[in-house]
Amino acid sequence: MTSSRQAVLDAPGRDPLAPASARRVSSRLPSLAVMLSALFVLLLIVATAAPQWLTPHDPLEGDFLAVLQPPGSGHLFGTDRLGRDVFARTVHGARYSLCIGLGSTAISVFFGVLLGVAAGQKSRLLDEGISRVLDVISSFPGVLLAMLVVIFLGQGMANIAIAVGIAGIPKFGRVVRAQTQAVRGADYVTHACIYGRSRLQVFVRHVLPNALVAVPVTATIYVGSTILATSGLSFLGLGPQPPTPEWGVMLAESRDVLRVAWWPGVFPGAAITLTVIAFTVLGHHLQRRFEGRQP
Amino acid sequence: MSAALWRSVAGRLGGSVVVAWGSTTAAFVALHALPGNIADILAGDLDYPGLREAIAAEWGLDRSLAAQYVDFVRRIALGDFGTSYELRRPVADVVASQLWPTLQLAAAAGVLALLIAVGVAVLTAGRGRLPRAVASLVELVFASTPVFWLGILLLMGFSFTLQWLPVSGAAGWQALVLPAVTLALPTAGLLTQVLREAMEKTLEQPFVVTVRARGLGEWRLRTRHVLRHAALPLMTLGGWIIGGLLGGAVITEKVFGRPGLGTVTLNAVLSHDVPIVLAVVLLAAFVHVAASTLLDLLYVLIDPRLRAS
Repeated sequence: MTSSRQAVLDAPGRDPLAPASARRVSSRLPSLAVMLSALFVLLLIVATAAPQWLTPHDPLEGDFLAVLQPPGSGHLFGTDRLGRDVFARTVHGARYSLCIGLGSTAISVFFGVLLGVAAGQKSRLLDEGISRVLDVISSFPGVLLAMLVVIFLGQGMANIAIAVGIAGIPKFGRVVRAQTQAVRGADYVTHACIYGRSRLQVFVRHVLPNALVAVPVTATIYVGSTILATSGLSFLGLGPQPPTPEWGVMLAESRDVLRVAWWPGVFPGAAITLTVIAFTVLGHHLQRRFEGRQP
Repeated sequence: MSAALWRSVAGRLGGSVVVAWGSTTAAFVALHALPGNIADILAGDLDYPGLREAIAAEWGLDRSLAAQYVDFVRRIALGDFGTSYELRRPVADVVASQLWPTLQLAAAAGVLALLIAVGVAVLTAGRGRLPRAVASLVELVFASTPVFWLGILLLMGFSFTLQWLPVSGAAGWQALVLPAVTLALPTAGLLTQVLREAMEKTLEQPFVVTVRARGLGEWRLRTRHVLRHAALPLMTLGGWIIGGLLGGAVITEKVFGRPGLGTVTLNAVLSHDVPIVLAVVLLAAFVHVAASTLLDLLYVLIDPRLRAS
């Protein structure tokens, strides 16, 4: 799931919302979609840092006298089969999805950058070796690679973050490798070498910062994919366990009551989709703004 | 075909064999890098008299690591994935018996996604601002929707409310409709994005003007000329899409309670049945690598520009 999404998102300079003709006209003001996305991400950050500001209810405390209440005055998103407030659970769930998503992106970025920079150096042998390792990692379909990692490491929140993080290493590795190779051949690097800077100085001051320019943008877009992937693993029961108010777990629980109640199965899923859209739109906005800043 | 072409074909085939061998090696290394006794890992949660001895005999645990590795690669290459001690059956049997429903699901979803993508792209590429903006938004929403949520929504709509289609199981074509649609839509969202963009680029090419000047209708121009050009970038994604469909099938099977490879794998993960998971993951990797290679080769054959060089 992650991998095919990501392969498509790799296409440079694509804006998911703008038609081809509009894409070339750059406007000063960010579009409505970008502003809404930024607002939503802000909301997620508030929900992560201080969920009690958004909801007075406890996400774990059930009220057995108010089981499966439809959305309404007392409970904005209704209650689930244990009488827990679905809105409170959805708000508190932001923390898990965001932390797992950001954690696994961090793992992908860290190892991807490490391998990519190493592969971008002069040594052909190192390049070949690392590139083959990246090929091998990406030969495993994302969900199945994650299942392999989970059976070896065990279930749990940290482990699905690691699993999805490993699956993302080739993506960042390849981006950084290509960029490092491009930067090493740039004129300013040659100049710095002619001026007698040491190899380490040239590497730290000139090569590294320019090789990594694309990473933050790529990572922002990628967060959406990791949230999709990790919530899928949670849905399968490989991540956090009930009663954790994680969105994937909540949807898995909602399957038992679908026949009588739609609300536990709708709101957490909408939260995932909106989060993924927000990160994708923001990432592409950043990508367009920084497009001119390639070496 | 020229010698250079043959050389590039051979190189591509060789590369894919190397990657397949690499993933087998990675599985072996992971198995042995884990803390603890390898017999314990393979046994999972099980313990009965004679189990450890059976494992040690099958995996040749008394021999050197190098000999075990050579034997592991040889067995995988011959299609022998060992025994599931949990199910007490050869892994290959278990996988073969569950392969069909999953293949059915993945193939149906793949074809459906492709049909949707081609249809939407042909209809909306290069049209007015509004239809394209609407199509872009819909694509983005579907590409960002988790498969399992889409499945839940469709179940609620078509199985519970309208009662048109069965809720679960794998009997008859009706049971395949909702899972296939569920798996197809997010993939279709991504494919349409790529295909439409490629078609819009193609529509700006000089040859399109020539074809129009010859008096060919817009519909035939799009389906016969533009689509063929735009299909090339789609083909490079083919391998990824097949990998994504295989992974997505696991989740879709869980949503709809469908039997299949995904269900078997998930149960194996939850019951610590390592041989089954190892086999399914390796098989998926092989299918993925083989499909990518095949598409790469087709790409060379289809695009005359690559043939000449």
